[in-house]
Amino acid sequence: MSAFKDTMIITQRQLRLLTRVPEVLIFSTIQPVMFVLLFRYVFGGSISTGQPGGYVQLLMPGIFVQTVAFTLAGTASGLAEDMKKGLIDRFRSLPISQSALVMGRTLGDSLLNIVVLAVMGIAGYLVGWRPTSGALNVAIGFVFLLLFGYALSWVGIYVGLSATDARVVQNVSFIVTFPLTFLSNAFAPTTGMPRALQYFAEWNPVSTMVAACRELFGLENQFGATAGSFPSENPLLTSFIYMIIIMAIFIPVSVRKYKRSAD
Amino acid sequence: MKSVIAEDLVKTYRNGAVRALDHLSLDVEEGTVLSVLGPNGAGKTTCVRILATLLRPDSGRAMVGGIDVIKHPEKVREVIGLSGQYAAVDEILTGWDNLVMFGQLYHLGKKASIARAEELLERFSLTDSAKRPIKTYSGGMRRRLDLAASLIVKPKVLFLDEPTTGLDPRGRQEMWSVIEELVKGGVTLLLTTQYLEEADQLADEIAVIDTGKVIARGTSDALKKQVGGERLEIVVEGANIAKTMEIVAAVSGNKATLDEGLRMVSAPVSTGATALIDTLRSLDDAGIHPLDVGLKRPSLDDVFLSLTGHAAEEKKAEEVETTGRRKKAKK
Repeated sequence: MSAFKDTMIITQRQLRLLTRVPEVLIFSTIQPVMFVLLFRYVFGGSISTGQPGGYVQLLMPGIFVQTVAFTLAGTASGLAEDMKKGLIDRFRSLPISQSALVMGRTLGDSLLNIVVLAVMGIAGYLVGWRPTSGALNVAIGFVFLLLFGYALSWVGIYVGLSATDARVVQNVSFIVTFPLTFLSNAFAPTTGMPRALQYFAEWNPVSTMVAACRELFGLENQFGATAGSFPSENPLLTSFIYMIIIMAIFIPVSVRKYKRSAD
Repeated sequence: MKSVIAEDLVKTYRNGAVRALDHLSLDVEEGTVLSVLGPNGAGKTTCVRILATLLRPDSGRAMVGGIDVIKHPEKVREVIGLSGQYAAVDEILTGWDNLVMFGQLYHLGKKASIARAEELLERFSLTDSAKRPIKTYSGGMRRRLDLAASLIVKPKVLFLDEPTTGLDPRGRQEMWSVIEELVKGGVTLLLTTQYLEEADQLADEIAVIDTGKVIARGTSDALKKQVGGERLEIVVEGANIAKTMEIVAAVSGNKATLDEGLRMVSAPVSTGATALIDTLRSLDDAGIHPLDVGLKRPSLDDVFLSLTGHAAEEKKAEEVETTGRRKKAKK
């Protein structure tokens, strides 16, 4: 029980940081909104989809997934910053649940995602995004996205604890997330890729997430790879399994690493 | 009763290549202040981190407040306060935010956390800046807030790791008076420092450590005596040297030595200021007017040189430069 309370206090701290430095919140929403506008108007005209409503329908799930994937970088660099400043030592010397700090941070970063996704959703709506599947499915889609961000923020904890410098963390996180988000069906059809990449893109968790969201938002996933493969037939299930695997590995590993981070 | 006991602590890094602690043992009597004095890299921080449960030793035993640090770290955390070399508070949050958050993490409850935070802010003269983010604080204010955070629940044992390193003289003075006040309140304190002066001012006992071992231990007076105590130094006109040497020898009971270039007569003294006054009186009676007089206390460097054969502070280029400038300014 007290572990839960401790976690909540750390989460509160995360949220309070946002009110103290509103720039963080502003920039973490401006960037994805900028992506929405750029992709919508730069590629939107040249990629024909045959989809009612056009490219933006396919784009939005892609951008949502990309944005929550970047949670990894946010969590990692925030944690690395705390370590550098010795704040982690203070927390570790307190009589609190030793995992509260990392639990609280991942939760706080996921709550930030709610705000970011809401703003993006509004921006998407303004440029023509219209999910057709009904409120419930859309809501499930967003919950799915939040869960994906939560799972990845645990990877971020691991990266943050492993690195020696906050700037390195930022770079490492982007090296991980950029190829993952672009070697996928998020922005363009995978069919144009070389065969090996197509295979990768098909099994890429980002692709399965995007495909799952497209399904939940009532779209046909026209950017998917070879029909008939397991991930493209069962994007929801595959994504769910991925998330479970990521959390099953990274929650215990990251907590363990955190507890031993000083040794 | 001993509040802190460390026995034979060994800690190595990089698979044994770096030996931070080499069978270090020390203890602190309840209600007293032990200062762990040593140069950078001597193992001070490693020692504190082990005692504060942040680090596991490779071997050895440590007890804090009667609790085994290695077996029951979670219980140790309930009775200690730690304030490190870096002010470990959230820079973005305000002083008030920080203290309330830490209070809640100590499970004080929201109301009690706020009350305690306000009490501590008042006590450390931070009330005026309570609602400002820490990043706007001066170095001294940050350290005070950090110290306040380690005092939220009155700890039985307080660890302060180089509490004044990097502070300007004023900040250091402020920090000292705050710590002195705590000591009067009866806290058991283990304090690490690079400055003999600080150890002198605050500690009941000093443990000098170097390369991971305690190399000397005792009260500040005892250590200084071990190094040779104070020296009386008198500079006079050339014509008065012989007579001055006689007087200095008589007062100090020791053989006086002469630095001919500086025309400085000196001798070790054990009675400090009294010896100085006696000497001056005798000189005055003899009609000799000294050009300069002084009582030189052994510095940390002297202690270290005599104990280890190497200087205490590995001076960085910039520090050497500042010292150089200061010397020039004196001239």
